[in-house]
Amino acid sequence: MRVPREHRLGWLLCAPALVSMAAVTAYPLLEAVRLSLYRYDLRFPGTRSFVGLQNYVTVLGSAVWWQSVVNTAIITVASVSLELVLGLALALTMHRIIFGRRTVRTAVLVPYGVITVVAALAWRFAFDPTTGFVQGMGVLDRAWFDHRWSAFAVIVATEVWKTTPFMALLLLAGLALVPADLLRAARVDGASATQRFFRVTLPLMKPAVIVALLFRTVDAIRVFDTVFVETRGALGTEPVSLLGYDTLLRSLNLGLGSAVSVLVFVLVLSVAVVFIRALGATPAGVGAGTR
Amino acid sequence: MSASRSRLDRVFQSATALVVVVYALLPLGWLLSISLKAPGDLSDGRLVPGRITLEHYRAVFADPHFPAALRNSLGIAGIATTLAIVFGSLAAYALVRLRFPGRSLVMGGALSIAMFPPIAVIGPLFDLWRRVGLFDTWTGLVLPYLSFTLPLAIWTLSAFFRDLPWELERAARVDGATRLQAFRHVIVPLAAPGVATAAILVFVFAWNDFLFAMSLTSTDHARTVPAALAFFTGASRFEEPTSSIAAASLVVTVPVVLVVLLFQRRIVAGLTAGAVKG
Repeated sequence: MRVPREHRLGWLLCAPALVSMAAVTAYPLLEAVRLSLYRYDLRFPGTRSFVGLQNYVTVLGSAVWWQSVVNTAIITVASVSLELVLGLALALTMHRIIFGRRTVRTAVLVPYGVITVVAALAWRFAFDPTTGFVQGMGVLDRAWFDHRWSAFAVIVATEVWKTTPFMALLLLAGLALVPADLLRAARVDGASATQRFFRVTLPLMKPAVIVALLFRTVDAIRVFDTVFVETRGALGTEPVSLLGYDTLLRSLNLGLGSAVSVLVFVLVLSVAVVFIRALGATPAGVGAGTR
Repeated sequence: MSASRSRLDRVFQSATALVVVVYALLPLGWLLSISLKAPGDLSDGRLVPGRITLEHYRAVFADPHFPAALRNSLGIAGIATTLAIVFGSLAAYALVRLRFPGRSLVMGGALSIAMFPPIAVIGPLFDLWRRVGLFDTWTGLVLPYLSFTLPLAIWTLSAFFRDLPWELERAARVDGATRLQAFRHVIVPLAAPGVATAAILVFVFAWNDFLFAMSLTSTDHARTVPAALAFFTGASRFEEPTSSIAAASLVVTVPVVLVVLLFQRRIVAGLTAGAVKG
């Protein structure tokens, strides 16, 4: 008698959230799948027609798409691995530091509060030859936005600056779970600091590391703001989200653009599934707002 | 020996703290420097401006687009935050307090949307919003922001709700209060700090969005700050007004960063909610 009432109340309370979440994701996603099967170009409204998988054939057969996949992979792998190393260092610092502890913990939250577009502008201005100070600084003296790899370097640096604090905070939460007794015991047994870190701390932190990696990887694949502001996709730095945006909203080709969108969705989904399957990540609920 | 060792340790720790502070503040410091430089000094490559001027800040507020964008951003992110917190609280309460078969559906849905690439829905939303008249309106942005911030709201709120002293609610109900009364008079006041934290996290998320703002708005009617910054042209259309952009960037950044720092402890707890408890 009591159980069904509780069920009903539960559904009732979750309904607004569930409906809002589905309304702007599930339905438009299905609509994107449908649009991707049509020739639908807003510049030529009369020509809308069903073309089956033709748009996918076009996208998957184009060098531009694969180039953007490679670009996305470069940005993702470079920024996430740098963030992991820096984030671990930062987490260990925050964990151990006594003097200046509050300062450090406060300072790391600054990048979190900065709009990504603002962060990207700051980095672009700093590396720009006319407005920057970096060019002219010894080894750093080069035209950063003239070459693909140096442009990637600035993009990755911006991403790393902006999201390392989040990574560090997740890792710090994992670090807090490592029992101090265990580390003391390892020390008594003669383990060096390096051994203690790699043999005791890191294995115990593994769940936190995997969750942090999963969320940051999925987030990095969606990179858009930083590249838009810093290179606008020029110099061969265009990631998949920017390609989708340009096809949809610059070329106004909704059919082809929807095919790109659906492929990006599949890409993100497969990476998430691989992570969850292969690494046993069980994110019970963490960090939806990485930026 | 031990005294000098601990002194060395202190020096080392202070140095580390300094490095972290410089790391966090350098990009903002650079924006500040550019925003204060006199027009002729923009390209002098100096980290600290020689002649200081406030004219770029005046220019930003004299420009009609920036105040409009600020209003749009505050309004849209504010409305989206309010809705996300109300809907999120209802769902989080159900997840923490009730046993019902939909729990995993809500958690799973929230998880999927947290990983959902927004680009996948941009085309249909653009197409649909134009047809139903939501293109370039506040509602047109509030709706996607609501959907995409709900996972964050639900997770942080349920993490905070889980730690509340629910015995008090039961006690109130034994004393004759209804479920709603017990919730309103006992739980809501206790939950307020957690709700405020969740609201800040959600606001920062909506405030930060660029992709939806670029795709679903076209004028001052609904264009938000990040999109306006990308479109900022200033008085001359031929030369990017770098210093004004820097000034505008700081104007929108400083208040948010201050709020984040003020609530630092709780925000850290909110951001990592669930990571520890699994």
